Amino acid sequence: MSDDIDVNVEYLTRVEGHGNIEVNAKDGEIEKCEWQVIEAPRFFESLVVDRDWKELHHVTSRICGICSIGHTLASLKATEDAMDIDISEQDKKLRKLALHAENMQSHVLHVGYLALPDLLDSKSVVPLTETHSEEVKTVIRLHKLANTMSDVVTGRTTHPQRLIPGGFTKIPNERELEELKEKLEDSVDDLKAVADLLENLAPKIPDFRRETEYISLTHEDEYGLYGGDICSSDTGTTDVDEYLDITNEYTVPQSTAKYTKNNRESYMAGALARLNNNYQQLSPMAKEIAGKFDLDPMEYNPYMNTIAQLVEVVHSVEDSIGIIEELLDKGLEKQGEYNSPDIEPKAGRGIGAVEVPRGILFHDYTYDEEGKCTEANCIIPTNQNHGNIQQDMEKMVPEIIGKKPEDEIELTLEMLVRAYDPCISCSTHYVDIDFVE
Amino acid sequence: MKPEERPKAAFFDFAGCEGDQLQVANLEEKILDLLNIVELVSFREVMTEHSDDYDVAFIEGSITNSHDAERLNGIRENADVLVAIGACATIGGINSIRNVQDFEKVQERVYGDEREHYEAWEKAKPAKAVVEVDYEVHGCPIDREEFLHVVQSVVMGREPNIPDHPVCVECKLNENVCAFERDEFCVGPVTRAGCDSCCVNEGAICWGCRGLIDNPNEEAHEEVLEEYGLTAEEVIKKFDLYFAWQQEAREDE
Repeated sequence: MSDDIDVNVEYLTRVEGHGNIEVNAKDGEIEKCEWQVIEAPRFFESLVVDRDWKELHHVTSRICGICSIGHTLASLKATEDAMDIDISEQDKKLRKLALHAENMQSHVLHVGYLALPDLLDSKSVVPLTETHSEEVKTVIRLHKLANTMSDVVTGRTTHPQRLIPGGFTKIPNERELEELKEKLEDSVDDLKAVADLLENLAPKIPDFRRETEYISLTHEDEYGLYGGDICSSDTGTTDVDEYLDITNEYTVPQSTAKYTKNNRESYMAGALARLNNNYQQLSPMAKEIAGKFDLDPMEYNPYMNTIAQLVEVVHSVEDSIGIIEELLDKGLEKQGEYNSPDIEPKAGRGIGAVEVPRGILFHDYTYDEEGKCTEANCIIPTNQNHGNIQQDMEKMVPEIIGKKPEDEIELTLEMLVRAYDPCISCSTHYVDIDFVE
Repeated sequence: MKPEERPKAAFFDFAGCEGDQLQVANLEEKILDLLNIVELVSFREVMTEHSDDYDVAFIEGSITNSHDAERLNGIRENADVLVAIGACATIGGINSIRNVQDFEKVQERVYGDEREHYEAWEKAKPAKAVVEVDYEVHGCPIDREEFLHVVQSVVMGREPNIPDHPVCVECKLNENVCAFERDEFCVGPVTRAGCDSCCVNEGAICWGCRGLIDNPNEEAHEEVLEEYGLTAEEVIKKFDLYFAWQQEAREDE
């Protein structure tokens, strides 16, 4: 094995958005070790300025196609917080179903389409459609189920239409919910098949550990996704209104995205952070699947984020079945066909936080008396993870240099970034730096 | 079609949410049908494999700086057929809201003192503002069935059928209560149909994501405009979430 390495991954594949990995070492001395983020800025916090409160969620949904439901919900919560708008318990339950649908869709996409090929020594899912056609079909069925759930609840799979300030324009009927519940119940075999497949491949998951801080929402009554307080594995809970004290954005020379830090030099957000902080509130089958992989708090291997996503898919299925049962037991309260809650806009600032597939998401809006937005701030989970990816690389490279051939080092680093499932295109805060060649 | 006869297809993304490429994944089991008619040779979001030898290029996202324009020019040179997918690539999309904002302020709002550091054009542009585009799949996001229709047409060498009438036509067929009737403002009378009025069907309004019909002054939905005492130009001007780039292009003509 050589002590000289030169890893240059330009435009890392199988992630959303654009990022590079650059690692150079000579005689075992590391000269450069960087995770670089490069993405064209889209200026969302300006796009919403002067726009009406009824349009903001439509605009900010476009920050990310994959987490458009999460961005819509964070947006609505910020607007509702600013204008003291309450929503019904029924609407809250339906929103939780929408969030579960999106987490499932995104996690299945990542676990099955993007991460699985690495474990099966394939460059993508495309060759797997021939070599592992049954497994791919199982993944497709689960992906389709998640999208069906988005359709039933939000009227669409991407950029939802029914979610509005104060509730829903339209809600599913009881028959649709019952059919959805049956489909969720029928998915258990597919979930177990994917879990078995990954359990067999688990020895291929790199064994790397680094203690870090984990930040997510936490809620006293449930596995926190739609609401709750901010929880740090280091410093405990903080009110969502104080989110800026947690995120502390700063700039680094090798990245167009802003980084964040709280108690340490970096922290991790996402499925593994949620699992580490809220493990006890996972559903029974989710815990059972986690047990197959010895995944419980504190898990310090970032590669296990992919397994934590699988565990969360199971949790979302079980929790959604429970939510639908509650809705049906109580009987759905009907609403008009083009529901438009009676809302009088008012001036104020509001903050909304939700857990989206890649971690905790914050939207923060200020409105004038007419309900026009005057200022906005959005902090997305991927930006919160960049610093942690960099720290992981800095610890890992010296551990594997000289022990693995260069192509394996490159793959191990690519798999590390992929494990975070970064969604770079949806990063909202960039600064631009010229990279030194 | 024999596997070796399939045209080679590649996907590329620029400034956007990647929600249109997600619709390709959302084809679910029909992805396998798609792979039967095209050979996927490059798709960075889902594949590590890459080749510059392709026949059809699909472009998502707006073009917002010279680096991206250069990249798009290279793709145009490589591809026989170039297809723009999604509102950001066809009309500038939601990114074009900033085209009517003061760019100094736009930068300052997001980056404060650090605004000089990156290159970004004052205006977000669709693909056709930079290179010749052969076909467009409209919408935010694109409609999966329409995407498949365009791919099939390209493969068969036929012209795809893209509507040039307003959304109101489809909305009336769907028997929706008109948004204006509900005291909402809607751009359905001037927006290109083909979405089956999907947003209004869900209780919302038409936001205009498929862009203006080719000739809104003559082809707008007159019945609705007359009933609510509006002109096509008033509708376009009052609500400009998606129309900023198209409006400027119309004024330049």
